[in-house]
Amino acid sequence: MVKLTIDGKEVEAEGGMTVMQACEQAGIEIPRFCYHERLSIAGNCRMCLVSLERAPKPVASCAMPVGEGMVITTNSPEVQKMRKGVMEFLLINHPLDCPICDQGGECDLQDQAMSYGSDRSRFEENKRATKDKYMGPLISTTMTRCIHCTRCIRFASEVAGVPELGATGRGENMEVGTYVGKALTSELSGNMIDLCPVGALTNSPYAFNARPWELKKTESFDVTDAVGSSIRIDARGPEVKRILPRLNEDVNEEWISDKARFSCDGLKNQRLDTPYVRRDGKLIAATWPEAFSGIADALKPLKGNQIAAIAGDMADCESMTLLKELMSDLGSENIDCRQDGAKLDSSSRAGYVFNSTINGIDHADAILLVGTNPRREAPVLNARIRKRYVSGGVQIASIGDDADLTYPYANLGNSVSILKDLAAGKGDFAKTLKDAEHPMIIIGQGALSRSDGAAILGLARTAAEKLGMINKSTGWNGFNVLHTAAARVGGLDLDFVPGSNGRDVAGILDGAEAGDIKAVYLLGADEIDTSKLSKAFVIYQGHHGDVGAHCADVILPGAAYTEKSGTYVNTEGRVQVGRLAVFPPGEAREDWTIIRALSETVGKQLPYDNLQQVRGRMVNVNGIFSNTDDVQIAKWGKFGTKGKMHDAPFTLPIDNFYMTDAISRASVTMAKCADEFLDSTGQKTGTNG
Amino acid sequence: MLADKNRIFSNIYGLEDPFLKGAKKRGDWDGTKAILELGREEIVTRVKASGLRGRGGAGFSTGMKWSFMPKESSDRPHYLVINADEGEPGTCKDREIMRHDPHKLIEGALIASFAMGANAAYCYVRGEFFRETEALQRAVDEAYAAGLIGDNACKSGFKFDFYIHRGMGSYICGEETALIESLEGKKGQPRLKPPFPANVGLYGAPTTVNNVESIAVAPEILRRGPEWFAGFGRPNNTGTKLFLISGHVNQPCLVEEEMSIPLKELIEKHAGGVRGGWDNLKGVIPGGASVPVLPKHLCEDVLMDFDSLREQQSGLGTAAVMVMDQSTDIVRAITRLSAFYKHESCGQCTPCREGTGWMWRMMKKMSAGTAQPDEIDMLEEVTRQIEGHTICALGDAAAWPIQGLIRHFRPELEKRIAEVKSGNSQAA
Repeated sequence: MVKLTIDGKEVEAEGGMTVMQACEQAGIEIPRFCYHERLSIAGNCRMCLVSLERAPKPVASCAMPVGEGMVITTNSPEVQKMRKGVMEFLLINHPLDCPICDQGGECDLQDQAMSYGSDRSRFEENKRATKDKYMGPLISTTMTRCIHCTRCIRFASEVAGVPELGATGRGENMEVGTYVGKALTSELSGNMIDLCPVGALTNSPYAFNARPWELKKTESFDVTDAVGSSIRIDARGPEVKRILPRLNEDVNEEWISDKARFSCDGLKNQRLDTPYVRRDGKLIAATWPEAFSGIADALKPLKGNQIAAIAGDMADCESMTLLKELMSDLGSENIDCRQDGAKLDSSSRAGYVFNSTINGIDHADAILLVGTNPRREAPVLNARIRKRYVSGGVQIASIGDDADLTYPYANLGNSVSILKDLAAGKGDFAKTLKDAEHPMIIIGQGALSRSDGAAILGLARTAAEKLGMINKSTGWNGFNVLHTAAARVGGLDLDFVPGSNGRDVAGILDGAEAGDIKAVYLLGADEIDTSKLSKAFVIYQGHHGDVGAHCADVILPGAAYTEKSGTYVNTEGRVQVGRLAVFPPGEAREDWTIIRALSETVGKQLPYDNLQQVRGRMVNVNGIFSNTDDVQIAKWGKFGTKGKMHDAPFTLPIDNFYMTDAISRASVTMAKCADEFLDSTGQKTGTNG
Repeated sequence: MLADKNRIFSNIYGLEDPFLKGAKKRGDWDGTKAILELGREEIVTRVKASGLRGRGGAGFSTGMKWSFMPKESSDRPHYLVINADEGEPGTCKDREIMRHDPHKLIEGALIASFAMGANAAYCYVRGEFFRETEALQRAVDEAYAAGLIGDNACKSGFKFDFYIHRGMGSYICGEETALIESLEGKKGQPRLKPPFPANVGLYGAPTTVNNVESIAVAPEILRRGPEWFAGFGRPNNTGTKLFLISGHVNQPCLVEEEMSIPLKELIEKHAGGVRGGWDNLKGVIPGGASVPVLPKHLCEDVLMDFDSLREQQSGLGTAAVMVMDQSTDIVRAITRLSAFYKHESCGQCTPCREGTGWMWRMMKKMSAGTAQPDEIDMLEEVTRQIEGHTICALGDAAAWPIQGLIRHFRPELEKRIAEVKSGNSQAA
């Protein structure tokens, strides 16, 4: 501990802290633009200058480490004058276009100009103007507003790992840009919008849509991947205007992926806002009673084992709980939540969650990726791995596709036999893992959704045990499954898997094709081969008119994740409850209430009348639901099978990062991104578009 | 006047052979091995004792700087970086050293590197110095071939390599940390201090950056003894120094002289006096573009050294004396300097990036006389808002000349504004 005096108050600070941190700890606010906790220190805005006794010049508090006996002044007239001076410099070339600037109302420069600036300008010359840069479909630029704090540059090169941004020119003519006028090839680029302290980088789809003070802000969780990032949903009236990240040190720090942020415009398109019933081969809008009686009529003649249910990637735990109960009341064991056919075993929780937790990545010293491309499957988690890489002392290897993950790693090949060798202790990387204190394996759905997925899961367990990833004495568990779907872990926790005589997804689809399964209930399940369902009676409950709805005989319009209070469990096994930000459109309803209402019509009334009762039931099914926002350590157990594995290379579950679910497929912004980033192979011709 | 025998740079005018044969004749590389055998500590102590202050402008004790390098060598290498990015307007001493006395620099680099435990020296030469680089490279090649540097430099068993790196002509790359950034291949922008280069410098390793002249005088100091060097000048401002006199003098020149020589004597004796006589003098910028101008009455008895010039609120800088006679439009002259700083600001930190442009624009109005009288005070205040608030010293360097102008020539500014207002302007 170091003792120093700040504004006449003696305070203690930890050695290695900066003066700014010590001031904050003492409750003194220091204005700043370029400083950001998660980025390297640039010290270029000079807003945080404070005076230090016996120093010849004022010091930048963001960069100055605390020292014993320092005497810091932050409130003297000199310091106030310095701040006013820097503020004046920042403003002389900054346009006074706050009324038409999207940052207005949430602008650091605006706020600090109010607190520290002057009330008039002495600058009578012409202001500098800068040509705007093209930064892709997500980020609008007004570079004249740039104050050259370089936060975006540092974010791109440090956090996102794509050093494509930089400054060109010098002095007044310095400009921030991508050098070549191309969009930033990062799945995290939207975070630069939040980092930009002024309106130079703004949210392009949200441009001129709303003012921050008009928006209703709802704290919730993202469901576009399995990370479950904390988000804030900003809505005006019935419309979600934008999505922002929320601080959550355990999960997403303060980043979210571009899909989480920008796919929200998909919530407005292709929505199912009224029930539909298929008559004479055509889907006709209907009332709820018509839809329910249609279902009741169809199910009445069927035996339990002729009915099946599949839960999709965005299903909330409440509706899965009720659907499972309804199916069992109807006598069906044919339920599955693993649309992609992943051979995950719901009997042992340690076998399907990210046991080390995302925070655990910060401690890992050797990481093995198996059949996964975390950059596409979970960009925020990938940023954590990159952060770990940047801090040094970690070795990373991958069995799978040779892709750019934004950090260097050893590609060991792309075949199961390599994992087999590692499990047997063969190869250099096996030794690395064995010698590591916190070794970690991250196994993706690319490895588990194959026909031999269960055997690979078993092999991965063996490898984890053999290579010292499970350490009972320290409590370290380095076995991690990386999911791609927000609903998956919740579904497994609720045991939404086939009973002993039940069929899994492949079995249900084959059964429907063969005519053994006569009715299929799709709870937001769109990522399946619906062509096999043509003979069956299909009930589709969901929020978007996607693949599942097209093949449906009855459509029950549900709510998207922003329109209901739904429980989701992220890939770590963290139970998180999202909140309702806007109401579902038209006749659409919260999903669990639809199943509850339907149960009454089919004569199997479920005994839940409100959300509390449903959640009480969830806790009865699985105790983990009693504890939200925390990760409970899963007990290590046996999972996976022994068996033959074929040597085909792993194929990755996500090809197109920007379109993985019904919402992002309906999003215009995501379509533009896919066009921008995935068609860059030169396949476009001059006549295209 | 400095006796010829006391001149360190005996071939600064290039009258003799600048390369190895000639250099050896002039005493270079004489007993270098013996100097190295003094040991690291002793060399640093002797350089300290000589009172040598950095010749690049800031005037920090060279021996002290060398002593900041870690004494124990860790796994990190040490580096000596020689700043030959001589960009200060009016300054042309380092180029003459590289052109006509390159072996002094190389020998100095070897000794300085040895004293700091560095096995490599990087010489960052200003991009425009093409011929100078050629000469230096030729001298380096000669030194390698003669075994003076290399794996066994001067048969001392010490490994020493000398690399030349050419800059791209940016003024800011003469700032030591910007120079390091540039040397690493990055955009030349100064780094925040602390950490200082002696701790985290080139490629993150302990580094000392020295001016060409500081390095080049080191061998002679050690050969003749620190007392000899300390015998020139005043206490704390010792030694001999290369002075450059340009502008309105009869014979602009570069000359090695004793420190603390009176400015008037320097101009009269070596530069043939001010054009039109001493009374025709208007002002002198005594140390390169970055220091405030001195009006004639202060030039009468100011001494050319760090402390005396600081007392007069100016500085020795690089000792590039720019003389301006009565025909000079002093406001335009300073405006030109403002344009230079605006052009050379790296753009990293706010006060300098925004302020240099603002000052230049106001100076343009001042020189045209179209400014308002109260804008003089505002301009002064703007310079104060920049001074001391920037990452590196370029902000200060941009502010000082204007401060000097307002301090000493305010009536001239006011007169011009009044003339333009009353409509009988001659300036326009």
